[in-house]
Amino acid sequence: MALPAAGRKNEHMPPHKQNIQNNISLLWKDVKKHKWLYVMLIIPIVFVLIWNYWPMYGVVIAFKDYSPAFGILGSPWVGLKHFERFFASYFFVDIIVNTLRLSLYSLLVGVPLPIILALLFHELNRKWFKSSVQTISYIPNFISVVVVIGMVQFFFSTQDGMINMLLQIMGFDAIDFLGSPSWFPHIYVWSGVWQGVGWGTLIYTAAMSGISPDQYEAAYLDGASRFHCIRHITIPSIMPTIVISTILATGSLLSVGFEKTFLLQNAANLATSEVLSTYTYKMGIINGEYSFSAAVGLFNNVINFIVLFTVNKIAQKTSESSLW
Amino acid sequence: MKYATSKGDKVFDVLNITLVVIISLIILYPLIFVVNASFSDPTRIYEVPLLLYPRGFNIEGYKEVLKSSDIWTGFKNAVIYTVLGTVINLVVTTIAAYPLSRPGLRGKKYITLFFTVTMFFSGGLIPTYLVNQQLGLVNTIWVMILPGALGVYNMILMRTFFSQNIPNDLIESAYIDGANDLWLLWKVVLPLATPIIAVMAMFYGVGRWNAYFDALIYLQDRAKYPLQIILREILVQGQFGQDMNQVIAGSAESELLMLKMTLKYSVVIVSSLPVLLFYPVVAKYFEKGILVGSIKG
Repeated sequence: MALPAAGRKNEHMPPHKQNIQNNISLLWKDVKKHKWLYVMLIIPIVFVLIWNYWPMYGVVIAFKDYSPAFGILGSPWVGLKHFERFFASYFFVDIIVNTLRLSLYSLLVGVPLPIILALLFHELNRKWFKSSVQTISYIPNFISVVVVIGMVQFFFSTQDGMINMLLQIMGFDAIDFLGSPSWFPHIYVWSGVWQGVGWGTLIYTAAMSGISPDQYEAAYLDGASRFHCIRHITIPSIMPTIVISTILATGSLLSVGFEKTFLLQNAANLATSEVLSTYTYKMGIINGEYSFSAAVGLFNNVINFIVLFTVNKIAQKTSESSLW
Repeated sequence: MKYATSKGDKVFDVLNITLVVIISLIILYPLIFVVNASFSDPTRIYEVPLLLYPRGFNIEGYKEVLKSSDIWTGFKNAVIYTVLGTVINLVVTTIAAYPLSRPGLRGKKYITLFFTVTMFFSGGLIPTYLVNQQLGLVNTIWVMILPGALGVYNMILMRTFFSQNIPNDLIESAYIDGANDLWLLWKVVLPLATPIIAVMAMFYGVGRWNAYFDALIYLQDRAKYPLQIILREILVQGQFGQDMNQVIAGSAESELLMLKMTLKYSVVIVSSLPVLLFYPVVAKYFEKGILVGSIKG
């Protein structure tokens, strides 16, 4: 790599030191030539340092009794006190079970459905029809979660919800979908499917667009049926994408999103709707128990990472694809 | 596959198309219902099981929405937060993605790692709250704009787009002509990057427009509330702002209930309109913009 011209200056040095120095001077020349690339990077790095890395440091308050008067550094260490309190608390098991119920249910439904829909889309012959239904299916993804929950109420509310109106017209009793612990997980998961299934196909459509048409043609000439083609050509080609998105989905096993849960939550369905994120919010922002709430949040993150890491390891062993 | 000739293949096609049509209708119907309901006479919405077109005609809901100062203020705030926030998002994402797309950048591996670590580790709600508190951002408009300036996943999509779609020869020859990277980015790279910029603007813009969580925890002044917070009050909590209650107080009990209902439908339409108007403009770039990026992302 070293240029002879650059090496001549340092003839009195041993060869390996010359090499290092040459590399450093080369590096410096390179950095100077592209100095704007490094200058550009400063701004994004500062943003990420402030809003991502600084809070990571702030996590130490989970092991302290944080009080605003003393700041993060000055507050006294208390070891695992907050974690012990959380594990021993009356709500602990309920919250974990609720969180796991929602996320496993979401995984079980939310991972395969976009794949199936993408396969259906892929088999459509007419281009205009295909792109129209795809475009329609993406729309709900762009609607705000507040509006989605508002719409859930239009359909499921006991007072003026359309489904209850229809039930009553047909002579049935109204069902309190929104105020019932047993309905809550279904409402949560299926409203998510409505909103996300179309958009979820996009990544698979992308992977399928890379399949060469020759493969289908050859299979067709060999007399393969459409099902054969799906099973032996399409699915194997999108397998890496399926593995990656499944790993990512399991990586948020304990992260049931706050935004939607909070909007759907009410006193009547609290028995199944209180999850880690809503609990963190209540303890931290509403009750001001910063350290305790930070401990709950940290517990959540650690479990998520362990799950992600494990699933990724399993994927590495059993298939070619993995995150890292 | 244009050659569906065998009988089995034809049956397959018919079943597939039927299934896709049913799924599309399930996805589309709630939206159609809300549009129809917002223009319908509220007493007639449930006359028939499916509301396939507006029954009667009524724009009282829209009139109330336009009269409400809460909604106007929320709308104005949301526009400010969305426009400023999205501009910052686009600038910060671009100046992170472009350097990382250049093959010559030293330390690229470590800088990329610095960014991607944040996809898997975060401080969580409370430590982030304390940072914003220490910066003095709580209850200012800046807390709605500055945090979340860089979406790492979006940055990776953009970087992949740059490295796959901007010909390296073009950049190398510009270097030889004495161009620096800043000029290159502005004059050569960005003009070629319209699809990815459109898609990014849509992602970030919609995210900003639809967000309510940060406003919920950081903003206390009603005057600073974005539209989604007002929407939450109306749609989820069933509260109507004071200005609306005055209008409503003048009407009889049953009329009041009906007015509240149409108002909810109308406010959903009004609040989703900006997003749905931009959607068709950007939708055509989805394939070009993200499909390319996501395959090797």
